Amino acid sequence: MPVSTSSQGTPLWQRRTTRAQWLQYVAWLAGISLFLLCWKVISDNTMWVFVEDAGRQGSDLISRMMPPRWEYASVLWKPMWDTLNIATLGTALGIVMAFPVAFLAARNTTPHPLVRSLALTIIVSSRSINSLIWAMLLVTILGPGVLAGIIAIALRSIGFVGKLLYEAIEEIHPTPVEAISATGASRLQVMNYGVLPQIMPAFAGISVYRWDINIRESTVLGLVGAGGIGLQLNASINSLAWNQVSVIFVMIFATVLVSEWVSARVRHAII
Amino acid sequence: MLTLTGVGKRYPTGDRALTDIELSLPKGQVMALIGPSGAGKSTLIRCVNRLVEPTQGSIRLENTELTKLSGSRLRHARRSMGMIFQEYALVDRLTVMENVLSGQLGYVGFWRSFLRRYPKEAVAEAFRLLERVGLPHAIDKRADALSGGQRQRVGIARALLQSPKLLLVDEPTASLDPKTSRQIMRLIRELCAERELAAIINIHDVALAKQFADRIVGLRAGEIVFDGQPSELTSEILTTIYGEEDWDTTPEPAEEKSEDAFQPTAYTAHAMPTMVAGGAL
Repeated sequence: MPVSTSSQGTPLWQRRTTRAQWLQYVAWLAGISLFLLCWKVISDNTMWVFVEDAGRQGSDLISRMMPPRWEYASVLWKPMWDTLNIATLGTALGIVMAFPVAFLAARNTTPHPLVRSLALTIIVSSRSINSLIWAMLLVTILGPGVLAGIIAIALRSIGFVGKLLYEAIEEIHPTPVEAISATGASRLQVMNYGVLPQIMPAFAGISVYRWDINIRESTVLGLVGAGGIGLQLNASINSLAWNQVSVIFVMIFATVLVSEWVSARVRHAII
Repeated sequence: MLTLTGVGKRYPTGDRALTDIELSLPKGQVMALIGPSGAGKSTLIRCVNRLVEPTQGSIRLENTELTKLSGSRLRHARRSMGMIFQEYALVDRLTVMENVLSGQLGYVGFWRSFLRRYPKEAVAEAFRLLERVGLPHAIDKRADALSGGQRQRVGIARALLQSPKLLLVDEPTASLDPKTSRQIMRLIRELCAERELAAIINIHDVALAKQFADRIVGLRAGEIVFDGQPSELTSEILTTIYGEEDWDTTPEPAEEKSEDAFQPTAYTAHAMPTMVAGGAL
């Protein structure tokens, strides 16, 4: 115990026991040693000849990107519009599917523990696969195009929205739920009156946040053929047209900036 | 009207919350349930509307055996038992009107309640009740915009919109100031008289219980240790319910005295005699 008695008989207090203190020192030592060891392994496996001219290579790349070929932007409006659509429709579809899953996964609203584990499995499998990988799979199944992108975004969003939403459901105040049950309300009515109003702010915040992430994710889906501006990005990189790549970067940057602003405004308005 | 026979509740952890409760409540009687924290007061009233499942015994409301009900029959029975809570248990993000109308949920179907299309008579009754509890101006406000006393009035209106025969009231005044507490207790009392409702009121404040109840039941460690008129509640009985304490002195003057001790000496010297005199009174 951190409380001990001094030789004069007055009680003393320390934050940790001597044993815990020593264990902590050892843990720090082990952690730092592991870090240094990893550092050494990485350094041994790096071909330093390539790294030595990294500065020259980098400045070379930037010089090829400059000046951006601004005329190229006229080709990009349509893919950019596709990208926004993939993100927005994908988010909407994901939310629609995540909403019931979250209610089945939350401990206090699930009808049965077995259903709960099923819902949690859906959430985990959706979360464990990146949207780019979902897109790769879907392009082979559905063929290239926007549809594969939308579904890829939706499938990835189920896990994200579902997880955050079921955590919000588990954190609600239980007394209003008790009060609504006491009126003789049915299960669905208890959800509608007791649970739903309490999670609405969290739900709105999560949805807008996911939309914001999906805008960024959908810009790269084209790399695997799932539509959107990533297709142009891939083509430009493959043909070494770096002055087009820079135009695409600027465009993506501007879009993400606007989406951040929009989502901040929406979240502020709803909550 | 309400009869509890041999009701017991043992939680899965093994704690015995209630043992062999025998209680019978006639129509229109307001009963106060007193007892120390953890004596099982909340468990008792929650057993009646089955928010907590009693593990033994029988509970009858008029001719219905409540402990055997399930599904829609239980929901049907719950309509006739209005409940009022300590922390009001309103849904904060809904309006006052929506909160009151949620008292009708046992009577309307899901889609009607989802679309907020309640029967005209229910809405008219909700208006009347809000008028009766003194909140006609607050109908469109959100529940979290109200003060504690106002929220409790909304909670009362919600319970009454169920057209209950029985009110289960759990510490209605524990979060309220003394004046509002009296107003709320008086309101519950009047409404019970107007509508011939029986009520079980869990309450910590013995003075309020004596003032507003027809009958007092004392609970200690899950067992009924007193059942009688408010006038029969003596210091000895309070000791059997709550344990040893000096029941005849009010604690307030002593507290004020100790606060005064921190003030400048001149002021204390002036204030002390009056405080002592006040304490003696």
